[in-house]
Amino acid sequence: MNNVHLRHVGKVYAGNVEAVRDVSIEIDDGQFCVLVGPSGCGKSTLLRMVAGLETITSGEIAIGDTVVNDKDPSERDIAMVFQNYALYPHMSVYDNMAYGLRNRGTPKAEIETRVQEAARILELGALLERKPKALSGGQRQRVAMGRAIVRKPRVFLFDEPLSNLDAKLRIQMRVEIKKLQRSLGITSIYVTHDQLEAMTLADVLVVMNKGRVEQSGSPMSLYERPKTTFVASFIGAPPMNLLPLTGGDMPGLSLFSRPQGEKIVLGVRPEHLELSSPGNEGHPLALDLLVTATEAVGAESYLYGALGGAGQEVIVRVNGSSTVAAGETVRVTASARHLHFFDGASGQRIDGE
Amino acid sequence: MVQKKSVLDFVPHLILLAGILVLAFPVYVAFVASTWDAATISNGTMPLRPGPHFLDNYYRAIFVGTSSSTREPVGQMMLNSLVMALCISLGKIAISLISAFAIVYFRFPFRMAAFWIIFVTLMLPVEVRIYPTYKIVADLKLLDTFAGLTIPLIASATATLLFRQFFMTVPDELVEASRIDGAGPMKFFKDTLLPLSITSVAAMFVIQFIYGWNQYLWPLLITTRDDMQTIVIGIKKMIVTQDALTEWQLAMATAILAMLPPVVVVVVMQKLFVKGLTETEK
Repeated sequence: MNNVHLRHVGKVYAGNVEAVRDVSIEIDDGQFCVLVGPSGCGKSTLLRMVAGLETITSGEIAIGDTVVNDKDPSERDIAMVFQNYALYPHMSVYDNMAYGLRNRGTPKAEIETRVQEAARILELGALLERKPKALSGGQRQRVAMGRAIVRKPRVFLFDEPLSNLDAKLRIQMRVEIKKLQRSLGITSIYVTHDQLEAMTLADVLVVMNKGRVEQSGSPMSLYERPKTTFVASFIGAPPMNLLPLTGGDMPGLSLFSRPQGEKIVLGVRPEHLELSSPGNEGHPLALDLLVTATEAVGAESYLYGALGGAGQEVIVRVNGSSTVAAGETVRVTASARHLHFFDGASGQRIDGE
Repeated sequence: MVQKKSVLDFVPHLILLAGILVLAFPVYVAFVASTWDAATISNGTMPLRPGPHFLDNYYRAIFVGTSSSTREPVGQMMLNSLVMALCISLGKIAISLISAFAIVYFRFPFRMAAFWIIFVTLMLPVEVRIYPTYKIVADLKLLDTFAGLTIPLIASATATLLFRQFFMTVPDELVEASRIDGAGPMKFFKDTLLPLSITSVAAMFVIQFIYGWNQYLWPLLITTRDDMQTIVIGIKKMIVTQDALTEWQLAMATAILAMLPPVVVVVVMQKLFVKGLTETEK
């Protein structure tokens, strides 16, 4: 079984800097786990701890049934794809892929078959004799993947592998990585700061913030029921509208019911707000917005509106054919199941119903 | 515009030509002198064109030597110089590569102290510490040996610094990728770091070969036997004679011969040399 267990893992750097705090994650055999978070949240450190490139201050990391805390990277049976590819510049593509196998004493014939197979899967066949310098970014990325594949490791580790590619190539490679991981069935951990990449790739999505796990689970469960305001604003694009509710009436906002409490934050996603005619009553939530800007991206448009004419900014997703223009006042509504409430002080989700 | 451009082109070329003339003329005179017989040179009427004794003079210089001051043939001197220059340059490169590797890639106690001590030796070339160094070499009975001639000159801060600078530009991910690929530190050094350093090594080799070849003071102290003497000292000995006439034609032939190996090294390694000093490959 090639599952990965992280139990209460922590990392403290010299000078008492806590990079990772009490992280526990379970990744089953063959699952694709994505660690996502803003820069400096500890996701890369965590990945490097799994790889063995950083020591583990506290807790335990196990691959399969073996605790690997004190094992060298080469003994952990993992393969890693780096952000800048880290190909050996003086070796040909073939040698780059074969190097790890040679160091392990794999027989020559076996190396040959494995490299050829990887080259076939990644369509690198014609490039095997080239040096990395003579390759494009996307091709280098494939070679880096190939180097990981030929090893047939228990776990793949990806450290922001797509962030050096241009937008179009990134989407293409993202799909390929997903397909590849599915067909090889190798347990993978993937680090990214791009929430879209995270949503599309993950079986298990782990949102990290300040060295802690904010929430983990399937991408859709995080989207539908974010546990904290941080997750709510991180997952989904454009981000969820978060409106701090004051005690009294707020101009432009009518809310059917709200949880008890002093400071409550109301969250509602742009895509769950619908245009509705003014005066139309009886919705759990209705917002009157003065549209300040519109953004058309094709199939859909985003309206940026000020609540009650001057209040907080709210983003609404509308159909691309919508003709609402800046300066107009609109009423938007949402149904009860799309409303999220958070405690204003702790940012934790409140489940009222 | 066209006019102006050609004038602008002409001026730098003029300056360059003047420079070449200043540099090359003495070398040319030395070459011409090495092709005439002793009488023509010493009566002060040597023409500025090559004379008829080219083969004679060079044959005598290389295989026989001068008849008075130093009777050692220049062939032997060149061999000595070559061995010395190669030992110094290769020794320096080997030691510096390893010490730079240690300083950049290993975390050991007093790492920075070690680095600064190496750095400080830049201020202590052989000339400054010549007496203690001579004493040590003499006590170790290394006078008139190649070991005594080269070992004190091998320790080198310059090369260590250059390699350290280069190693620091090698991305950390390469080290990490090597670790994951199961390569230990020495395997990383051999398989990855060394091939990447080739151009720096070549640049260092050129600089240090010339440094070693041109050594004068140290070989002068350490060598007493004629058959250990290096070519640079040989020239000096040929020129300063006590009671006989200086055989200028042989001295000049020796000077020309002494110039050749460094020139060959520079010409052959020039491409790599320039790359090593300017380009950071990756």
